Amino acid sequence: MTAQMSQALRVTFGEVVSEIADGDPRIVMVDGDLGSSTRADIFEEAHGDRFFQMGIAEQNMLGVAAGMATVGLIPFVSTFACFAVARALDPVRVLVAQPNLSVKIMGGYAGLLAGMTGKTHLMFDDVSIMRAMPNMTVVAPADDVEARQALHAIVDRDGPAYMRVTRQGALRIFDEDYQFDIGRAVVVREGSDLTLISSGVQTTRVLGASEILAGQGIDAHVLHVPTIKPIDKEAIVDAAERTGFVITIEDHTIIGGLGGAVAETLAEHSPTPMRFHGIMDVYGESGPDEALLEKYRLSAGQVAAVVSEHLEARP
Amino acid sequence: MTAEVIERPDIAELEELARRARVAIVKAIANAEGGHLGGPLSATDMLTALYWRILNIRPDEPMWPDRDRFVLSKGHSSIALYAVMALRGYFPVAELDTFDAIDSRLQGHPDMTALPGIDISSGSLGLGFSGAVGIAMGAKAIGAEFTTYAMVGDGECNEGIVWEGAHVAKRYRLDNLIVVLDHNKLQQFGWRGESAQDRIPPYTGTELADRWKAFGWHVVEGDGHDIAAFLEVMESVQDADGPVAVVAHTVKGKGVSYMENVFQWHSKVPTAEELTIALTELGELPGDEAGGDGE
Repeated sequence: MTAQMSQALRVTFGEVVSEIADGDPRIVMVDGDLGSSTRADIFEEAHGDRFFQMGIAEQNMLGVAAGMATVGLIPFVSTFACFAVARALDPVRVLVAQPNLSVKIMGGYAGLLAGMTGKTHLMFDDVSIMRAMPNMTVVAPADDVEARQALHAIVDRDGPAYMRVTRQGALRIFDEDYQFDIGRAVVVREGSDLTLISSGVQTTRVLGASEILAGQGIDAHVLHVPTIKPIDKEAIVDAAERTGFVITIEDHTIIGGLGGAVAETLAEHSPTPMRFHGIMDVYGESGPDEALLEKYRLSAGQVAAVVSEHLEARP
Repeated sequence: MTAEVIERPDIAELEELARRARVAIVKAIANAEGGHLGGPLSATDMLTALYWRILNIRPDEPMWPDRDRFVLSKGHSSIALYAVMALRGYFPVAELDTFDAIDSRLQGHPDMTALPGIDISSGSLGLGFSGAVGIAMGAKAIGAEFTTYAMVGDGECNEGIVWEGAHVAKRYRLDNLIVVLDHNKLQQFGWRGESAQDRIPPYTGTELADRWKAFGWHVVEGDGHDIAAFLEVMESVQDADGPVAVVAHTVKGKGVSYMENVFQWHSKVPTAEELTIALTELGELPGDEAGGDGE
């Protein structure tokens, strides 16, 4: 573990997809007029002939990506999570997921930290929606090291994929030796008192919380789940059985996302007392990142407090 | 007449193939006890002309990489596509009996994962057209020479995604994309006219052509039931320097008198008596007023 800051994942996205395209002529980019935010502009600069501007028209953007995939191209879709998943859901479902086409959908600005935009742009149910679709791979990397590998991995895996790309980075938690594999969860902190399961950049804040908790004598086991679909059932069962009490923590609604996937897994394979923490079935609002993380209780300090509350309330 | 061995059918042979397709369509819907009729029957002559004379395809090699692509964006007319594909030799005509049945390749709406030769799944209106724009754009990106065709309904043009796609198709000057608009003047229910039975067309007069022109497309109008005239139009637009929209004027339910221009026949199953009348009118059964040449 290092204490360096991660590059913003959107920058990682722009750079890494451009690098992959250097050696892979199948890679193209379709953009919904947000390339300067999602950092698909990096790709436009590097591969202008393979950058397709679809304008402010997300449904057709997904349809075009699907059509391109049928002739052997691998389109990346550059837009915000809210527009990719909510506005363009029908073409995602009918033209991408059902035909199992290799379209790689980037959910930009996913989660709470969407740059002072407010509830229209804050997408908290993207993971719930996307993981419910057959054929769809859903990944949420924690830092730039993992995001880089995840981008390569979803190119190498045939079929549709959805990746959460946060606007900012947080701490870098993986070093260069880290190996990301689709469908594999990773223990990022060994502990014995309870199990925290997290995903995406939120894992960096959960690790911060676990240090605060350690100072209070609470030894948390932390499992990072970068692939929400397919979910790593074995790792989840192991992590749950290690402590006998699980709290899922996600920058996402508590309904049907990571928490849902963990609950489905444990209910079937190893019933374990669980609590769910994340966006508590509400819409968001605009505000500075730090204020949002405090109010919606996703900062390291707030997560530590939430965990303590659950431990105290536990019968 | 054995359709499968015809190399390049003439107009009379095409008309006979279209008649046989209509017979197959009506029988399949009656057999399945469900499906659509009005839209398939308005599209039948054009699909016959396209699959026998326009599209560069290999029915015995449906995934041939250099084939022209065809997207039936008005996916609810699937049975017409299946009937024409069967007659063209993609699969046995007898397979039409499985239309809409469990495990069938002939799904209610075309499924590219089920039936080779379906270039884009369709059914949610407007999406097939959008996919066709992507195929044409992708073809240019990979340097492929084939042409992409899409058939879009006039009611389907209510969908916003159609105009999203029309915008970028023009912007990227997709001269490898030809859209046939099945302008049959009815949609499933539409807007009320003088009475409950009288429905206002989705677009009247030149409105449909005007819209596509306004989006910068090369627009040609023609008759979607006059096969000779339709072929002339399709051949005339092959070298256009941008995306082409062929506004084909058609009659919903064409070929069966009691279905023509009656909006309820968008999706309705004929009774045994109605089926007899339809097959008689289509020349498949002998009758006092049968107009066809039978077999």
